Order: sequence, then structure tokens, then C-alpha cells
Amino acid sequence: MRGPAGWLVQVAVVTLLNVRTVRQRLGSSLVAVVGIAGVVTIFVAVLSTAEGFRRTVQSAGSRDTAVVLRAGSDSEMVSVLSREDVSVIGDAAGLRRGAGGAVVSGELFVIVDLLNRATNTTANVSLRGVGPNAFAVRPEVAIIQGRAFEAGRNELIVGRGAAAQFAGTAVGRTLRFGRSDWTVVGIFDAGGTLADSELWCDAAVLQPLYQRGTTVQAVYAKLESPEAFAGFKDALTSDPRLNVKVMRETDYYAEQSQMITALISTIGVGIALLMGIGAVFGAVNTMYTAVAARTREIAVLRALGFGGGPVAVSVLVESLLLAGSGGLAGGAIAYATFHGFRTSTMNWQSFSQVTFAFAVTPGIVARGVAYALAMGLAGGLLPAVRAARLPIVSALREL
Amino acid sequence: MKYGPLIWRSLVRRKTRAVFTVLSILVAFLLFGVLAALNTAFTAGVELAGNDRLVVTHKVSIIQMLPDSYTARLEATAGVVDVLHETYFGGIYQKPSNFFMQCPVVPGRLLRLYPEYRLPEDQRRAWLTDRTCAIAGRQTADRFGWKVGDRIPIQATIWTKRDGGRSWEFNLCGIYDADQGVDTTQFFFNYDYFDESRSFWQGQVGWYVIRIGDPADAAALARRIDEQFANSPAETKTATEKAFVQAFARQIGDIGLIIRVIVTAVFFTILLVAANTMAQSVRERTSELAVLKTLGYSDGLVLALVMAESCAMAVSGGAAGLGLAWLLTRAGDPTGGLFPAWFLSRADLARGGFLALALGLVAGVVPALQAMRLRIVDALRRA
Repeated sequence: MRGPAGWLVQVAVVTLLNVRTVRQRLGSSLVAVVGIAGVVTIFVAVLSTAEGFRRTVQSAGSRDTAVVLRAGSDSEMVSVLSREDVSVIGDAAGLRRGAGGAVVSGELFVIVDLLNRATNTTANVSLRGVGPNAFAVRPEVAIIQGRAFEAGRNELIVGRGAAAQFAGTAVGRTLRFGRSDWTVVGIFDAGGTLADSELWCDAAVLQPLYQRGTTVQAVYAKLESPEAFAGFKDALTSDPRLNVKVMRETDYYAEQSQMITALISTIGVGIALLMGIGAVFGAVNTMYTAVAARTREIAVLRALGFGGGPVAVSVLVESLLLAGSGGLAGGAIAYATFHGFRTSTMNWQSFSQVTFAFAVTPGIVARGVAYALAMGLAGGLLPAVRAARLPIVSALREL
Repeated sequence: MKYGPLIWRSLVRRKTRAVFTVLSILVAFLLFGVLAALNTAFTAGVELAGNDRLVVTHKVSIIQMLPDSYTARLEATAGVVDVLHETYFGGIYQKPSNFFMQCPVVPGRLLRLYPEYRLPEDQRRAWLTDRTCAIAGRQTADRFGWKVGDRIPIQATIWTKRDGGRSWEFNLCGIYDADQGVDTTQFFFNYDYFDESRSFWQGQVGWYVIRIGDPADAAALARRIDEQFANSPAETKTATEKAFVQAFARQIGDIGLIIRVIVTAVFFTILLVAANTMAQSVRERTSELAVLKTLGYSDGLVLALVMAESCAMAVSGGAAGLGLAWLLTRAGDPTGGLFPAWFLSRADLARGGFLALALGLVAGVVPALQAMRLRIVDALRRA
């Protein structure tokens, strides 16, 4: 058995021998597998949280929608636009036009306290006052239960995510904000976007209740095409009657989600890395045990003419197999436990709750398994070297 | 202690294994320490919130404003000792990611409501008298390298000035300190200056903090306050400072729960690793243990020796991990100054030490029992 083919056959034979005898070392092998599975579960869970949040916030944006805020405002929360501003914006070139004129929606954005079912404490929930064009600007929004609110009445529709997360939001229920009563008349689905966390009502009803006169906070405008954005933006920012900031909706939401996504990823990945180091130490122990338990076998193999290389590689392969199965198990556990799990957190930029679902994507699971394999490699390296260097004569004498 | 050398010898019998086991225990406790600090950061203030302080917000939500005239009405309410109003300013210093909280307040009232903020006498005098004066907490001042006397420009996102401008300038005439755990990230400036310079909503403030005479009366007093403003244009919702801070922390998510889940997962894994090591070590030493027993070591003593070995490993790993976590948290928080608190508390250190000991006991118990039950004849024959 000479040459690379022979070498490979040696590797295969020794590896097979290792794998067949794993059962004899079940305890310590399981320790490594469970340890790595635990790390990968946490790793995948954290990344899927960040991914779920990012998806919710960013998928809300569409490239042919522009958001107009007062200059200097970093979110619609703190922006104010007058009725005149809204009509000037509606006259700008590059806007899509429907039966009722330009597809432009002037909206109010306020916060109301609702009870979070999960924590049983009050949570800031966004209440959006919208105009008749709000549905045209966001074609993904559909009523899935009940009906839309009627103009001029104290009626609310509730996003699917908000309905699941906050108490008292079922159709037919009445919510009291300060001294005004609101009837929930419908539930809407916004396709997993940010609006799913919101409550919507008629802007004209909300204005007097919040002493807003005829002002709105943001204008959402549908463009003829994504390319029309530059022209639209130039027209507004150079108009002396206006003092506004114009952004593509996609950019606006990307900015809004950046802080939280970065925070979750940094802290989460940091924790997973630390845990990984701990698991590698566990894996090193397991593989040393595996090598120690087979000292005699290895020595016999070497005496029979097997090279040190194949023996070392076989130890590495065993370590990788254990780690890989741990990684897959971790990915599966994370998928089964967390995928689609809905929770909510504070979006600091809008100072209100965003409900989102954990998203365990194939890409994240692949990263988890890759991480597991890296741990297996790191854990198997030293024991593999030891196995290859085992002095044959004294090893045969041992035990 | 005369068994010390024996325990030490058993531990270093397989050096690599002992080292890697201790290292994995170390990592577990390092993680425990960092997570504990993170939990403190996210729930900062809950522990330290004064139980003699209530927070009064608008009933609909905290973003709704209340009239500043409520100060007098609250002061006149029986049981209220002192009143302070605060308003969210939300300005930007240089760039949005430099976030810290800014609040216009009535200077004297701030110092009365929060005696935990310590200000040198000359700075205190300037703060009380100079209208364009601002004070910053130690953490924020250190974060941006501010010194007393600096001019701090802040761009408003909400509060435009009467002249249409958005740039507010403040004289930093004080930097306040406080004990560990107290939030020193906030920036305060003079409410009168703010109120006459802002272009809209004069006389409107964000929320009230009140000091009450008798903490036991908090719930009833909160109810009385809310009843007093019921059916007015600005109804209120009053809660203890603790409940308020807690509800706010909960908005981010149940951080405590997430951390408990992770710590449990980690400890379960490490427990397996440590228990496995001990079991192996006892298995390998079967004949040695039998020899010890032949020499007259009692079953109880053998049990104690194995347990001591396991505990020594867990406690040394745990102590090193906690120490490392303590050093790490001393080095500064990972967000670069965003967290109002970032430290490993004594209670958490004690909890960690206790956990280390428990880990050693649990990991050692099965192997130790095995060693105890070992029958000399069987063990010697097996070897």
C-alpha cells in the first residue's frame, strides 16, 4: 500500500475502526457532542434573533417608497410637518398617481401604553394615524379579520404581531387611551413587516386628541419607479417652502434597525465564542481520552505498518464527526425550539415595541455547523498529534 | 490538611486532562460573570431605585406631556415631600450613536430628589445660579473627555429654538459622581433656560419624580395622585420608581430569563465535562484506591478524598473565571459607555462562588460513591 491511494485507504480503515469503537467510549463522546450541541443552539438562537429583527424592520421598506420627515429628525417620532408641507410634497414630480391624485400618505405616529401578555408589564406600542392612501402606499397590508376603520370614527385596526403580543386587542374590544375610547374593528397582516407591531387609526381623529392641529409627522410617498427617487428628493430639498429630509424607505428602516441588530449580534456572538472555547476544552478532553483508551490499538496498527499521518487524521476525523453531529443536533434543537417564536423588544429609534419572529435560516444553521466543525478541529488537533507521536514499543508495553 | 499532597497528586496525575477541565470550568464562570454584569446593566436602577420615590407619567404614554403647573398641585398633596419634573430632550452630540440622556430640570429640585448625585461645592453653586449651566454624570464626561468649563453643543431633534435654530449650547459647570450602580450617564440642564428658548409647548414637561414621606404609603398615595388628575386634559399614571424602571427594562425583553437559559445550558454542559473527568480519573485509579483501602483508609475517607479533588478543580476554575470576569468588567463596557451600569456585583460574585462549590459536589458525587463502594478484592483482581 504505497502512494496517496494507499494513504487514503489507511485513513479510511483507521477511521472506520475508530467510529466502530465509539460505543465503547460513549460517555465521553456524548459529553463532547452535548457540549457542542449546547453551544450551537445558543449561537443559532442568537443569530436568528438578530436576523428576525432585521427582517421585520427592513422588509418593511420598499425601494419605490420615499419617507419625508422634518429636517434634523432622525425618526418620525420627533418629526412635524404642516398641512401645507404635505400638499407641496404631493405636488412634486416623480410620484405615482391614482384616482385620488398622488399616492401620498401623511401620518401621525404616537405611542400608547398596552399590557404585554408575556411580561405582564406595560409596553410602548405605536399608534399610527393614517390617511386613505396608507393602504395604497403599503400594498402588503391586508385585513385578515374584521374590517378597516371608518374615517372620522374612534376605530382601530391592530397588526397581527401586536394582537398576539398585547392584551385587549381582540376584535370587538374597547381600548381606553386617556379619556377616549377606541373600538378594535379589525386585525391586519402586514406580511411580517414593522407595521405588524402597530395599531392604525384615522389620522384626522387622532390629531385633535393629541393636540396636533392639522400637522402630521411623516409623509410616505409612492414613486413612479425606484429610479424616480433622486429627482423627487432634489425637488423637495431645493424647494424653499420646505425644510425636509427625504429618504428611501429601505434606507430609513435599515438605519432604524442598525443599533439593535448590532447590539444583539455583538453580545450574542461574544457569548457564543466564549461558550465555544469552553466546549473546545471539553472536546480536547474527550479526544485525549479516546486516544488514551486506544493506546494499545494504535500501537498495534503502527507496528503493522500504518503511518503516523493516517492515525492522526483518523483522530481528527472522529473529532470532526462528533462535532458535526453536535452541530447538527444544536441546529435542529434551535430550529425546533425557536423558529417562528414571536417576541417583542424595544426599538429605541421609534421608542416603541417591535414584535418579531426568530428566523432560523439555512444560512444560520450552516454557520452553526461550521462553527461546530471549527470547534471539533481545534479540539482534535492536539490529541491527533499525540496519537501520531505515540512511541510504539512503550505503548505496546502499557496496560 | 495532611491529605492535601495526596489530593494534589491525584489531580496532576493526568496534567492535560486536569488543565483542560479546569479551563472549561473557568470559561463557564467567566461567562457567568459577564452575563451577570450584563443583567445588571439592563436592569440598572431596579435595585437602587429609591423606594421613597414615585414617578408620575401621562396616563396614555410617557411621550405625552404634562403641564409644569402640576408641580404645585403635587406639592400640595398630603404625603408628598418634594417634586421634580423632567423632560426628554433627545438631542445629538456630534453623531447619533453618541447617545446619552439629556434632561432639562429645575436645578435645586434635582439635587434634592437625587441626593446620591455628588457635586463639589463650587460646582453646585454654579449649577444653582447660572442659567446656561449644565451638569454631566461622571461616566458620560469620561466617555467624551469633557472637563468642567467646556462648552457642549447639542443638536436638537425635537426641540427647535425660538429663533428656528436647532443648536443648543451649554456650559458644563459641573460633573457629578455617585456610588457604583447609580446611573451617571445623564446630562442635566436648566429648565427655565430651556422653557424660554424652545419654540413650542412652553410649560409642558415630560414626567414627574416625587419624594414621599412614608414608603409604606406609596400605593395609596399613587392612587390619590391619579384620582386628583382624573378627568383633566392630562390624566396621570403613578408608580414607584422601582416599578417604573422595571417595566422599562422589561420593554427590551426578559433579559433575566434569556440569561438564565444561557447560564443553565452552559452549566449543564460543564457539569457533564467535569463529572466525566472525575469518573475517568476514578476508573483509572481503581487499583490505587484499593491499595489505599488496604492500607486502612476508611470508605468515608476515600469518598471525601474524591469529593475534595472534584471540588478543588471546580473551585479553582470557578475562582479564576470569576476573577477574570471581574477584571474584564473593570476594563469598561462593550458598548463604549452606553450602559448606565457595568460591573460585577458582590452578590453575583457570591452566587458564582456558591455555584462553583455546588458544581464540584455534584460532579464528584457519583465517582466518589463508586470509589467508596469499591471492594478491595474485586478492585485488585480487576487490575
